[in-house]
Amino acid sequence: MKPHITKVTTHISQNESLIFERSQPGRAGFSLPPLDVDESPLDEIIPAQYQREDDLVGMPEVTEVDVVRHFTRMSTWNYSIDLGMYPLGSCTMKYNSRLNEKVARITGFANLHPLAAEGEAQGALQVIHELQQHLAEITGLPGISLQPAAGAHGEMTGIMIIRAFIDGRDGKDKAAQRRTMLIPDSAHGTNPASAHLSGFTVKTIRSTAEGLTDLEHLRELCAHGDVAGLMLTNPNTLGLFERNIQQICAIVHDAGGLVYMDGANMNALVGVARPGDMGVDVIHLNLHKTFSTPHGGGGPGSGPVCCTKELEQFLPVPRVVRIPTSRDSDGVDSPAFKLDSDYPQSIGRVKAFLGNYGMMLRALSYILTHGYDGLREATEAAVLNARYIAHGLVPDYEKPFDSPPMHEVVFTDKHQARKGVHTLDIAKRLIDYGFHPMTIYFPLIVSGAMLIEPTESVGRQELDQFIEAMRSIAREAVEDPELVLNAPHSTRIGRLDEAAAARKPVLRWKPKQAASAI
Amino acid sequence: MRYIPNSPDERAEMLKQLGAASIENLFDSIPEVLRLRQHLSVPAAMSEIELLKAFDEMGARNQAAGRVSFLGGGAYSHYVPTIVDHLISRSEFFTAYTPYQPEISQGTLQSIFEFQTLVCQLTGMDIANASMYDGSTAMAEAVLMAERVTRRSKVVASAAIHPQYLEVAHTYVQHAGIELQHAAFDVRTGQTLVSAFDSIDDQTAAIVVQSPNFFGCLEDLQALSEKAHAKGALLIVAVTEAMSLGLLRSPGASGADIVVAEGQSFGVPLSFGGPYVGLFAIRDKYSRQIPGRLVGEAYDKKGRRGFVLTLATREQHIRREKATSNICTNEGLIALASTVYLETMGRRGIQEAARQCAQKAHYAAREMAKVEGFSLPCSGPFFNEFVVRAPVAASPLLDTLAREKGIDGGIALSRFDSKRPNDFLVCATETNTRAQIDALVEGLNEISTTKSPGHKAN
Repeated sequence: MKPHITKVTTHISQNESLIFERSQPGRAGFSLPPLDVDESPLDEIIPAQYQREDDLVGMPEVTEVDVVRHFTRMSTWNYSIDLGMYPLGSCTMKYNSRLNEKVARITGFANLHPLAAEGEAQGALQVIHELQQHLAEITGLPGISLQPAAGAHGEMTGIMIIRAFIDGRDGKDKAAQRRTMLIPDSAHGTNPASAHLSGFTVKTIRSTAEGLTDLEHLRELCAHGDVAGLMLTNPNTLGLFERNIQQICAIVHDAGGLVYMDGANMNALVGVARPGDMGVDVIHLNLHKTFSTPHGGGGPGSGPVCCTKELEQFLPVPRVVRIPTSRDSDGVDSPAFKLDSDYPQSIGRVKAFLGNYGMMLRALSYILTHGYDGLREATEAAVLNARYIAHGLVPDYEKPFDSPPMHEVVFTDKHQARKGVHTLDIAKRLIDYGFHPMTIYFPLIVSGAMLIEPTESVGRQELDQFIEAMRSIAREAVEDPELVLNAPHSTRIGRLDEAAAARKPVLRWKPKQAASAI
Repeated sequence: MRYIPNSPDERAEMLKQLGAASIENLFDSIPEVLRLRQHLSVPAAMSEIELLKAFDEMGARNQAAGRVSFLGGGAYSHYVPTIVDHLISRSEFFTAYTPYQPEISQGTLQSIFEFQTLVCQLTGMDIANASMYDGSTAMAEAVLMAERVTRRSKVVASAAIHPQYLEVAHTYVQHAGIELQHAAFDVRTGQTLVSAFDSIDDQTAAIVVQSPNFFGCLEDLQALSEKAHAKGALLIVAVTEAMSLGLLRSPGASGADIVVAEGQSFGVPLSFGGPYVGLFAIRDKYSRQIPGRLVGEAYDKKGRRGFVLTLATREQHIRREKATSNICTNEGLIALASTVYLETMGRRGIQEAARQCAQKAHYAAREMAKVEGFSLPCSGPFFNEFVVRAPVAASPLLDTLAREKGIDGGIALSRFDSKRPNDFLVCATETNTRAQIDALVEGLNEISTTKSPGHKAN
């Protein structure tokens, strides 16, 4: 596996240009039948002032073959789960099954209009209802909405629910004194951003040297009567289970606040422990993490929100509910599921239609494929794999927290930094060994953090190869630091100058003449 | 479990190496009292055969998916070239993460750069982001952005915007210190009254309109932008039927400051409402205030061109509570589908699809207006969607049409406005044939005259 892997970079497939640069007037890739109705002169149906004047100049003109080659070539420049281990911490890059993809493409779902009559979309509503039940069981929280489109969207929804609860309980004036959201210093950036969207001021809770929430600091922050809630990730972003979780919830509840759990790390808990049993009031899940809907190069996600019975009335509308059925004289059953918007306390709608439905299909397929025992097996395998990596890397990398990790583990570059080799360099060098790098420089409280989450979708041989690659890089950092500092060596392009890109951003293609005029 | 690539023996061996006596020991940090002692109450694992059968059966209970359809209202049936699904289904795209490591994510990054360019070309704007969740959340984020840009707190939105979009906007602004008011539209033209914005003042951050609007009518964007700009407010334009951009003057050319759109029309299946993709485009000068990810051009040491995520200091992972939005995961793969779609259709394909939409819808409208008792209540120009007024209640009429003729003829507006019992929204696209349109018109004629609809309303 030693250095200097060279790669052909002059080959045509490595130098696919932008589609706009490939475009040739007169090429076309579409296939439409001729217009079969009597054509009216355009000016008669759409007044000239509303018509497009630029003839869509600049838009590509290419054939189907051009498009297929274009995207196939570009695809080969991507790393993907199907290619190998993708150990991004807190991102849960697990296998995305083709079966789930097939389910989402069943015509009865894929071709179903969101405003179709409820009576003619009963199968689709049943899917939502079933998934709701399973997720409520998994989290131990009975209230649920599948409307949010992603994790951060679920966070916003959950925090708005907390705000609605507090405003209702305390009355507007008193509630106005309670506008503080507590967030640990190890949290994802989306947490404070989501809290801010709901009109809260963020106060940061320190972590202890052990890597857990500092209870003393929490008590101190809760003493002022202004705390609306706490946003906590559990296991936290250091991969550690907050073993004082019940106490944490009690402190917040005693202070009149609610506990929000960021479910980003649920892959460590499914089938093993339930947030509802811990005292958590509201949680969001990431179907695109724990329940394996594909990340798709940045989405789509789906961020269901689960909450206690008490908070259910505040969930977004419409909600999918089951209703008693009856059979009419023709033997036709009345609908069993309907959309219900009659919740006057609801925070409102967070998205048009019903959420990222295609992701719900995939997640339900995932749950049913695993069954209760398979879900637990996945959790066990995910934690076992992380523990195995932790064990394997300890001799060469600093592990800042002694406690054994759950599904992900954090290391630092402290040892390697002595030779001028930092986390970024280690990550880039890992690419040369055929692995996607881990999450780097997060959580922010760990200097030079490398957060590794293997997931359950990696076998022992590949874990061993990963550990060996990391150890080899640790040796290189001592023996040949330049090799690491200039990595990656195997990709079609090297490290890109991101600072220059941000200074003078070029965010779109423009025709040559126009570009030089600016 | 076939998705977990380790045998029981291998796992036992790994445990041994860790010095753990059993799998249960791995969870020692979870207090005993919190550990589940019984298994989850979810079904046992299903085989592939059983699972597909179960989903096929549920899918079959969605009769609407098999009908001839004239439903629009924010989600549209369009022709999708076969290669779109094929290309986005490549492992390298659909099983990749957000492109945070540019050296091994150039496929995704270059695609997004092309997506951003295409969105700019279609909307007539300078900068577009890498996508939002959908059109409705994009519009809500545009309202929040207008407040940041202008530091003003009032926003006036046309009442002719999709009702669900307005609901989402109200949810988003409820704690943001923004006062969101509605401006009336003219029921005779179906267009927003420019005069409804006469009252905007130096505290107004933005005017928001949708065009074509919820009733399918085109708004006078030029006049509205002049109205907004005269008071230093922004014009936000939302587009739910993005195909209209192939034929209609772009919002950018009409003076819009922020353009948001639902991109579903570009190669994305209906899928009961999602995942879709929100388009978000702005003027150059607001680049530091745009929400979401942006991809920009960059070069390596040898001068080779590549692409990176850029201007990240606006985003939550850097700026935390001061970020321009909390958005992280967006709609990457759906944006890719739209990119493949737009490139395959190309300049001429988009124009042709848009032309056919407009021609077929106008043909349908003409034919519908000829039917005894039916009329078109809005006189304003439209693209591919229009309101029809029936002589009887629309909802039972449409139910009967679906059941007896197998045609979903439109969306009853009574679902959104109880004062419009007889009105319904009809949408035609390039996928509707003349024969289907004729059958729709004939069916409505027959049911409204020979039957008493509503005898079996549900």
